[in-house]
Amino acid sequence: MCLTLAAQSNGHLKVGAAPKVAGKRGDALEAKIPLMVDPGFHVNSNTPSDETLIPLSVTWKSAGALEGGKVTYPKPSFEKYAGLEKPLSVFTGNFDVVAHFKVAANAPAGPGVAVGQVKYQACNSNTCFPPKVAEISVPYSVK
Amino acid sequence: MSFLRLTAATATALLFGYVFAGCSNSPRAVNAASVKAGKDRKEAPDFTLKDGDGKVVHLADYKGKVVLLDFWATWCGPCKVEIPWFMEMQRKNKDRGFEVLGVAMDDEGWEVVKPYIAKIGVNYRILAGNDMTAQAYGGVDALPTTFLIDRTGKIAAVHVGLASKKDFEDGIEELLKDGAPGEGGITVDHDRAVVPNAGSAK
Repeated sequence: MCLTLAAQSNGHLKVGAAPKVAGKRGDALEAKIPLMVDPGFHVNSNTPSDETLIPLSVTWKSAGALEGGKVTYPKPSFEKYAGLEKPLSVFTGNFDVVAHFKVAANAPAGPGVAVGQVKYQACNSNTCFPPKVAEISVPYSVK
Repeated sequence: MSFLRLTAATATALLFGYVFAGCSNSPRAVNAASVKAGKDRKEAPDFTLKDGDGKVVHLADYKGKVVLLDFWATWCGPCKVEIPWFMEMQRKNKDRGFEVLGVAMDDEGWEVVKPYIAKIGVNYRILAGNDMTAQAYGGVDALPTTFLIDRTGKIAAVHVGLASKKDFEDGIEELLKDGAPGEGGITVDHDRAVVPNAGSAK
């Protein structure tokens, strides 16, 4: 699947289509959610270098028949920007966040979609843009 | 207070009649006017904002002074590079009819702004921004966005993104020097100012 075509654009970060996951009741599932930051831009990592900076964070609004949803973020890079004393902990380019679910014990068989959102704040080397929220969705199937 | 959706490029084009937005996904250098000729300056929109003490402030209160109006936020790294410069400029020029006004665009307002300005000892007035003021200044979707306003209340220069300290110093000096709008044309900064992609900022 072409991620570019499937991606949702919102500011300087795009959310790609997460592949469908499937499992039986009680199974653990991992969903990779592709995120793409525009060239020349960065978003703060989930653990920014400064308390005033806004972290990238994924939250779930409705996980359907899935439970949990704890997210693992990639290792950030530390980049130095002009005028700033400390390098910033950022994500750039294409990367995945991984959501960890468990199929609920009473989940009905069939398809569903877990819906959440990613909050982020993007900058380039000279300019920052307001925090934004983009929708994410993980299609799943309970066997 | 959420940001409005006009891009800074559109804003600047509306305000100044220059169209310098691009269509690529990359940031691009633009020709940012440093100090415009007097005849090309437009009236700076007046505003009504509150400072940290709850006192109402209007831009009109500063007529007769050169004003550096800085839209910023605590989450904006490049803004934090410029703030110490503006503190220095305020210190050096406050007795010459110059004032810096910082307009904080944080959604969380004073809860996050006050601790930050206290921590770094900001020596100029900070105001809590709002949508109406941002809209009046063209949306201000990219930060920092800084306006230099002459003694007659007209916008003499705008910088979108981190500009050079010297550009600010030169602009302030030029505006302070003669009190009247200059006729020297436009000084162009090709390297420092960056405008976001107009198509992707929403």
